[in-house]
Amino acid sequence: MSEAPAKKGKKKFELDPRLASYKGVWVFVEHERGQVHPVSWELMGEGRKLADMLGVELAGVVMGAPGDETRQFCDEAFRHGADLCYLMQDDILKDYRNEPFTKGLTDMVNAYEPEILLLGATTQGRDLAGSVATTLKTGLTADCTGLTIDPDNRSLAATRPTFGGSLLCTIVTLNYRPQMATVRPRVMAMPERDGSRTGRIVEHALGMIEQSIITKVLEFIPDANQDKPQLAFADIIVAGGKGMKRPENFQLIWDLAKVLGAEVGASRPVVQAGWVDLERQVGQSGKTVRPKLYIAAGISGAIQHRVGMSDSDCIIAINNDPNAPIFDFATYGIVGNAMTILPALTESFRQALATARKAG
Amino acid sequence: MHIVVCIKQVPDSAQIRVHPVTNTIMRQGVPAIINPYDLFALEEALRLKDKHGGTVTVITMGPPQAEGALRKALSYGADDAILITDRAFAGADTLATSFALASAIRQIQKNMPVDMVFTGKQTIDGDTAQVGPGVAKRLDFQLLTYVSKVSSVLPEQGQIVVERRAEGGVQLLKSKLPCLITILEGNNEMRFATMPNMFRAARHPVKMWNRESAGISDDDLVKIGLKGSPTVVSKVFAPTPHTDPAEMIEVESGNPKDIADTVLAKMFTRFPAVAKEIAKRA
Repeated sequence: MSEAPAKKGKKKFELDPRLASYKGVWVFVEHERGQVHPVSWELMGEGRKLADMLGVELAGVVMGAPGDETRQFCDEAFRHGADLCYLMQDDILKDYRNEPFTKGLTDMVNAYEPEILLLGATTQGRDLAGSVATTLKTGLTADCTGLTIDPDNRSLAATRPTFGGSLLCTIVTLNYRPQMATVRPRVMAMPERDGSRTGRIVEHALGMIEQSIITKVLEFIPDANQDKPQLAFADIIVAGGKGMKRPENFQLIWDLAKVLGAEVGASRPVVQAGWVDLERQVGQSGKTVRPKLYIAAGISGAIQHRVGMSDSDCIIAINNDPNAPIFDFATYGIVGNAMTILPALTESFRQALATARKAG
Repeated sequence: MHIVVCIKQVPDSAQIRVHPVTNTIMRQGVPAIINPYDLFALEEALRLKDKHGGTVTVITMGPPQAEGALRKALSYGADDAILITDRAFAGADTLATSFALASAIRQIQKNMPVDMVFTGKQTIDGDTAQVGPGVAKRLDFQLLTYVSKVSSVLPEQGQIVVERRAEGGVQLLKSKLPCLITILEGNNEMRFATMPNMFRAARHPVKMWNRESAGISDDDLVKIGLKGSPTVVSKVFAPTPHTDPAEMIEVESGNPKDIADTVLAKMFTRFPAVAKEIAKRA
């Protein structure tokens, strides 16, 4: 540890010289059933900024079964901002399993020494990040909402909500490498895709045999897509809270959503009361959403809900309490009874749609 | 069959308020509860015990008052409870916490082999979901996260089949014991504490383990507490509202339809992208 004089009460930080060789920003490219999870590209956009701030390269990490499909994920990574990709292809990596993915990613980190490693805060990303950080004995910050570089010491400053979103804290990993963080889907903006971008591929072998891996995937049962709400990617969301008073009144939310072709969202109390599925919960312990339009009826706007939806472009809030916190950050506020306002909104939107149809 | 359930006592985050001036958490009057996700894990462990017999040991790392959480777990039917408590653990992040918990579980194994470790998918205060995977790696147990259902266990063959929530579907996984499972919410209601269990919980000694009893030597002091924590909190602050308050739609008639028409007209003018999105649906 350095004993440099304190500057403005802030201790001067010097990185352990053994860690100075760690360079570059990595984004783990998550995929399942031939689809890259959009959070990986959102992270690529964010990773690009961090790499530029540090003056280093941005790399994607692609692990999967051998073949064109896996290789194409590298091309997509370049189009979303990566300079190069570390590619690991092995039949063992066909389905996600903790053991081989942990070994593969750990080996690549040890071989190529990135200073920052980012993953999506998905079921796969959190599973993998937690075990890789432990194997590497380094710091991992979960569910970040903001990433930047601390100019004082070139370290990653990761901001995340804590205590259910009531507070934010900024976390640094000083004398350990890589600095790892997970980020929730839809928290970072999707970068522009540039179809002409290319990059180079570095291949690395897994070096495992199937027989040595204890956990086996017997089956993958995909969700029935029609029934599963796609809240995180919806452009219009109509959401209801406990202010809807009775589960029967929630039908008014569904009615408006149907007219708009929108997804239905809800606050935590509504989900806990069993009015709608857990899949529809918006907020700290539910989904993060970024729709163009968010209509919130009978939702007070507690911080736990706010952190999940305040990035919506336009928020219409209906609440009979003029002091409800949602009016502090909504775009338009209507003080009134949601049970009479919602049907009126449904009717107005129906007319607007009819007009648009006529206009062709 | 021996299942260790890791639980955590947390402040009920739904009731936490931030002091408007000092930006600190106001804990006064906020009840301490067992992390709700850990209760799902405990219930799943107790169900397996009902079916296959065996022992359920509950452990927690925390301050002395966390004993309350363990007594509660005993009242639900856990057989034994251990509180891992030592000032040396203070300031631990998830990496240091996983080291301490894994050491304690190794000590438990000296008396009775552990087949499975259960825990909730995450806590409601830290929300990281990192301690479970960390403990599994340190113990070299198979890691099965986000498990929605333990489909079958064959303790004699050391075999287990689980349903794991993945992105876009469910993985049916076959694995072996010992394993660490993080349990997803929602499948089973927590049982009620029975009268005999409540009496037993009141009398049953909760074992208090300090650093040494958890099997952590002087050499390993650098792996626990603040020293063993790579992550450092550099700043804590309240989210600042960067948005203006809402434009309130007030229409003299007070007629809901007029209010709705007004808000739509304003929105379509100010947000052409929303207007376009809606026109797309026409």
